[in-house]
Amino acid sequence: MSLLDKLDAVAAARKALLPEGLDVFGMPIEEVYSATEARVGDRRILFLGTNNYLGLTFAPECLRAAHEAIDREGTGTTGSRMANGSYSGHRALEREFADFYQCHSGIVFTTGYQANLAMISGLAGAGDVVLIDGDSHASIYDGCRLSGAEIIRFRHNDVADMEKRLRRLGERSQSTLIVAEGIYSMLGDQAPLAEIVSIKNAYSSILLLDEAHSLGVLGKTGQGLVEETGLIDGVDFITGTFSKSLGSIGGYCVSNHPQLDQLRYISRPYIFTASPSPATIASTRAALKLLRDGTELRRQLWQNSRQLYARLDALGYQLGPQPGPVIANILDSPQQALMLWKGLLDHGIYVNLILPPAAPEGKALVRCSVSAAHTSEQMDYVGNVFAQLRESIFQ
Amino acid sequence: MATDYSDILSRLCFHLKQFSSPDVVIVPETDLINELAIDSVKLLNLVMEIEDEFDISVPLNALADVQTVHDLANLIHHIKSVKQ
Repeated sequence: MSLLDKLDAVAAARKALLPEGLDVFGMPIEEVYSATEARVGDRRILFLGTNNYLGLTFAPECLRAAHEAIDREGTGTTGSRMANGSYSGHRALEREFADFYQCHSGIVFTTGYQANLAMISGLAGAGDVVLIDGDSHASIYDGCRLSGAEIIRFRHNDVADMEKRLRRLGERSQSTLIVAEGIYSMLGDQAPLAEIVSIKNAYSSILLLDEAHSLGVLGKTGQGLVEETGLIDGVDFITGTFSKSLGSIGGYCVSNHPQLDQLRYISRPYIFTASPSPATIASTRAALKLLRDGTELRRQLWQNSRQLYARLDALGYQLGPQPGPVIANILDSPQQALMLWKGLLDHGIYVNLILPPAAPEGKALVRCSVSAAHTSEQMDYVGNVFAQLRESIFQ
Repeated sequence: MATDYSDILSRLCFHLKQFSSPDVVIVPETDLINELAIDSVKLLNLVMEIEDEFDISVPLNALADVQTVHDLANLIHHIKSVKQ
């Protein structure tokens, strides 16, 4: 099969599965009205899949900071930090992340994907082992591949399974990087961090925790699962993203290991990617302050999340194992998921559709992401639409 | 003593049966992807079962050269031999 034939096969597979004339995986958004509403075609829709957990994309403080940064420093840095230097904003945000986590140091990346790619491929290499949860995000898998280390998976959130695989590695467990996530993006469940930390200590491994979906969501000040569980000292490296609770785009890593700084000189994704734009850095700095002081936002987020989770659960939808801002509806077939997704869109609700092989265990997901900016009335409306669609989906 | 290749092959075929339709006959030359329709996700799950069955670690990187049942049995045999 030629290179282009492979792409034709992808097109044929998409055509067989997806409805004609509807760009399921690239919905054209014509106007964005707020953190929770936009226009698709001539219809006003409710965002319910954007990971805008704290609803900060239109926060006046963030908008103002971004505008001022553009006026002061221009639209972009046009190169990597190694080549073009580190702006004062890059350095300040790294200090602020380190302070936020009370860690020795931090590094800022241009995307969350790049943060995992850079950290995993910088920490592990040929001859080392990376032990990852089976439900890990693609950035973790890709970081492992780039590292050249041996990749071993353990069953999702199964600490006994993880321990068994570490035991098999023998002394190589000491050159093993374990990777877990605070909240898993597919099913919305949390890692059993206490057990993971205890096992990694027993085997003298290194632990990297990705707080992409848990930053701003868990913990008193929003640090994530490390704060929720009080286990920050048990985690070696914490990564995360700006593109969810912080409402911009970018990634970070913080650590108490002074060696973190050396990643700047060996990690290819860091070295060879243009640095974040001044506007991105400025809005993220403003958002981090709001996140840190966002007790009320977190209360509202969890109230909305519990309200919708309880409603969908009562309706008999099969959901991820624990309530949270990521609410995954698990469907047996792609057709069923597509029908639910389209039904929601017809009622003005835009959610994520996740089909195999991206969905775990060969299932399909219709994933809702709840925001603090949603109202209780909007959650009621979503629940009512799910109720209305239930019979046609499961008939 | 190193585990016999034929023993590995027969235990592997038993596992592969659970991932394929009952009427498929599995032989060493059977192509995992084209004949057993084991896609990338199924293969990852199969690897975890194989690791537990044979008490070994099978790095995902090692699967790049695995096409047939024989290739997979050979890989398991190699990993077990090195371990012993």
